Amino acid sequence: MVSLVVNGKTRKVDAAPDTPLLWVLRDSLHLTGTKFGCGIALCGACTVHLDGQPVRSCSTPVSAAAGKKVTTVEAIGATPAGKAVQAAWIRHDVPQCGYCQSGQIMSASALLARNRAPTDADIDEAMSGNVCRCGTYNQIRAAIKDAAANAKRA
Amino acid sequence: MIMGAKQMNISRREFLKTSAMAGGGLIIGFTLPGATRLAQAAGKEARMSAYLRIAPNNGITVVCGLSEMGQGVHTAIPMLVAEELDADWSRVRVEQAGVDQAFANPIFGMQATGGSTSVRGHWEPMRKAGATARAMLIAAAAETWKADAADCRTERGVVIHKSGRKLSYGQLAEKAAQLKPPADVKLKDPSQFTLLGKSGTRRLDSAAKSTGKAKFGLDVYLPGMLTAVIAYPPVPGGKAASVNDAKAKAVPGVRQVVQIPSGVAVLADGYWAAKLGRDALEIQWDHGANASLSSEGISKMLSAGAAAGGAVGRNEGDAKAATPAKTIQAEYEAPYLSHSCMEPLNCTAWVKKDGVEIWAGTQSQGPAQGILSQVSKIAGKPVKLVYSREDDTRGYFYRPASVTRMTGGLDADGRATLFTASVASPSIMEGSHFMKLPPDGVDEFGVEGIRDCPYDIPNLRVEYSRQEPGALQVWFWRSVGHSQNSFFLESFIDELAHAAGKDPFEFRRSLLGKQPRYKGALELAAEKAGWGKPLPAGVHRGIAVVFSFGSWCAEVAEVSVGQDGTPKVHRVVAAVDCGMTVNPDIVKRQIESAVVYGLTAALYGKITFKDGRVEQSNFHDYRMLRMNEMPAVEVHIVPSTEAPGGIGEPGTPPIAPAVANAIFAATGKRIRKLPILG
Repeated sequence: MVSLVVNGKTRKVDAAPDTPLLWVLRDSLHLTGTKFGCGIALCGACTVHLDGQPVRSCSTPVSAAAGKKVTTVEAIGATPAGKAVQAAWIRHDVPQCGYCQSGQIMSASALLARNRAPTDADIDEAMSGNVCRCGTYNQIRAAIKDAAANAKRA
Repeated sequence: MIMGAKQMNISRREFLKTSAMAGGGLIIGFTLPGATRLAQAAGKEARMSAYLRIAPNNGITVVCGLSEMGQGVHTAIPMLVAEELDADWSRVRVEQAGVDQAFANPIFGMQATGGSTSVRGHWEPMRKAGATARAMLIAAAAETWKADAADCRTERGVVIHKSGRKLSYGQLAEKAAQLKPPADVKLKDPSQFTLLGKSGTRRLDSAAKSTGKAKFGLDVYLPGMLTAVIAYPPVPGGKAASVNDAKAKAVPGVRQVVQIPSGVAVLADGYWAAKLGRDALEIQWDHGANASLSSEGISKMLSAGAAAGGAVGRNEGDAKAATPAKTIQAEYEAPYLSHSCMEPLNCTAWVKKDGVEIWAGTQSQGPAQGILSQVSKIAGKPVKLVYSREDDTRGYFYRPASVTRMTGGLDADGRATLFTASVASPSIMEGSHFMKLPPDGVDEFGVEGIRDCPYDIPNLRVEYSRQEPGALQVWFWRSVGHSQNSFFLESFIDELAHAAGKDPFEFRRSLLGKQPRYKGALELAAEKAGWGKPLPAGVHRGIAVVFSFGSWCAEVAEVSVGQDGTPKVHRVVAAVDCGMTVNPDIVKRQIESAVVYGLTAALYGKITFKDGRVEQSNFHDYRMLRMNEMPAVEVHIVPSTEAPGGIGEPGTPPIAPAVANAIFAATGKRIRKLPILG
């Protein structure tokens, strides 16, 4: 049994300690917003926050998350940065197929939480680990800047 | 997003053309031309299906049988209905339909989404559905008011009488459901459109996809469900000779190991246990006939096929007798490519007593039912098959490799007088199992984009030689044959322009006198890109124009090449003539998306073989374009009143040649083999 705090709730799951957090979130807790893309931290589709830091859950053993706060896309809207990012994503109609967008939003929310006015270089650095096969990068960039501008006004 | 599909023996609807909803609403059912064709072929009458519902609370639901893959079809199809219905767009929702012949694509005659056909096939029928509903709502209002229908108009979901009286569609729906639908309705003239062709109509799926709520195939969880991971033979066509599954079965969570024709399936409580179980399998493989398959061998086979020539796909003038003043010849090559969707392939099947339920993210609900059912039947439980990224990359169904040999000739004034192309590649038609090579022996997809060479060249010949290295399973890929053939043709035309000492844009233009829509797209892209105007030091332009899937698309790429030879694409300016547009914002995004798809492949994409094995496995060796490599993309739409063309694919073909031509402009080095960073 591993005990985790996921989206504010304590959850006990029956999983071996080296099971990737991704599969605990998906297969045990059915939190399906977090996506499986590559399994080896190359695409960012599985990005979640551990104590506010973005991590690739496909390559994070569940034991590393024990005792930490796990936040997934289902709850990121409760944070100021996450709320601003999701609103900007919808305003800009960013998603196409949508599969990578949970991970994109988690990476973008972490960026905005620590940097209220990211430059293009900051965005490149924070977002280049997230692959989008539909090629929505320019819309992602625009939405991040829009979210930053809105967060500043708020 | 996900498709839930139920295969059942009983008809689940018996709608007339219209019927009442439980709770009092209007349902309009109708049959698409594709369904009529299917039914006629089977000697039956086509059944109606519910495509449109108007509820008492004014909510409007459009049921869509097409798959939303990001291309915006779940927004575009409802827009077609909403335009003619004069609906309040903020109350329009879309619902994914299940598997049903009633949703057969009017162009394909089966339920499938592809070939950039959705808007082209549904442009009229969906508008007619909206117009029919509108006419019935007006009739219901007129009856309520004891007024003349001619004195009623509609606006944003409301019928308004000339006296000023109003009733909402929701208020009228129940009454409308009792009326007989009109036999024929008049569609709006495009000049009256308020939604179609106007920018600003928002996608219907953004919120679900921005909050983690959108459900994909992989998100299906059923009671008692097992997850299956399959060990596939490492060499295509191989078989498991012996299997020791003792260690696999010892992995906690592994429930069953099943040998199936295509490999060995491990069934477990979740993906991770199934994967660990597969890792623990000890399998002796019989590699079969392909054990020595290599990319070098494949290239040689294709090259020999192109040199030998084959079935004649086009023959104008007399290419063999032509005696140009100057001749150039070149061989081009494109590799196998994987689709590598972000969602690894997966499928869930549940065999029950009365049928099989299947869940999958799929483009072709119609044909894609079956394989996994065997496994679910054995397990007696629902089973979700999940591909790892490695399985997905190595799962075949690749865009075929191709080698094409071309000859071009110029007269003394530098005018093109000769073009020949000899294409050698596997046949998608034969590989599809639902098509056959036509009697002339020319695979439509093998030559599309080169057989239809638009340039006014008097002596023109195109041949096709079918080559099937390793009998590998090939498949459709975004823009299919155009994805490689446009690279061949548009690069070679560039070579010909340089051989003639002419500007590549002007050279093309001079050969497109009989092709106004090609020329229009080419000129708009050149104008918007500032063709001929100075660029920052080190940045060079390349241009290409392609017709595919009913639309003309020209692209100008601005590229610099680093000291180490690595190209950087700074900006892409695209111009597209896709006839009338439904949603210009989505059109622009699709062209941009298609540019990224094509650019990714042009720079990095290749599936190669060594000792029968696919050498690539995941995103480190099958690379994707990333945020830090993303060029600025500008898309311009040629204003048009012509019928709509496709938009999901036409942006992909021109980008590879545009970039390769820019690299030539920058370095003098001609790229004749993809990928560029090969």
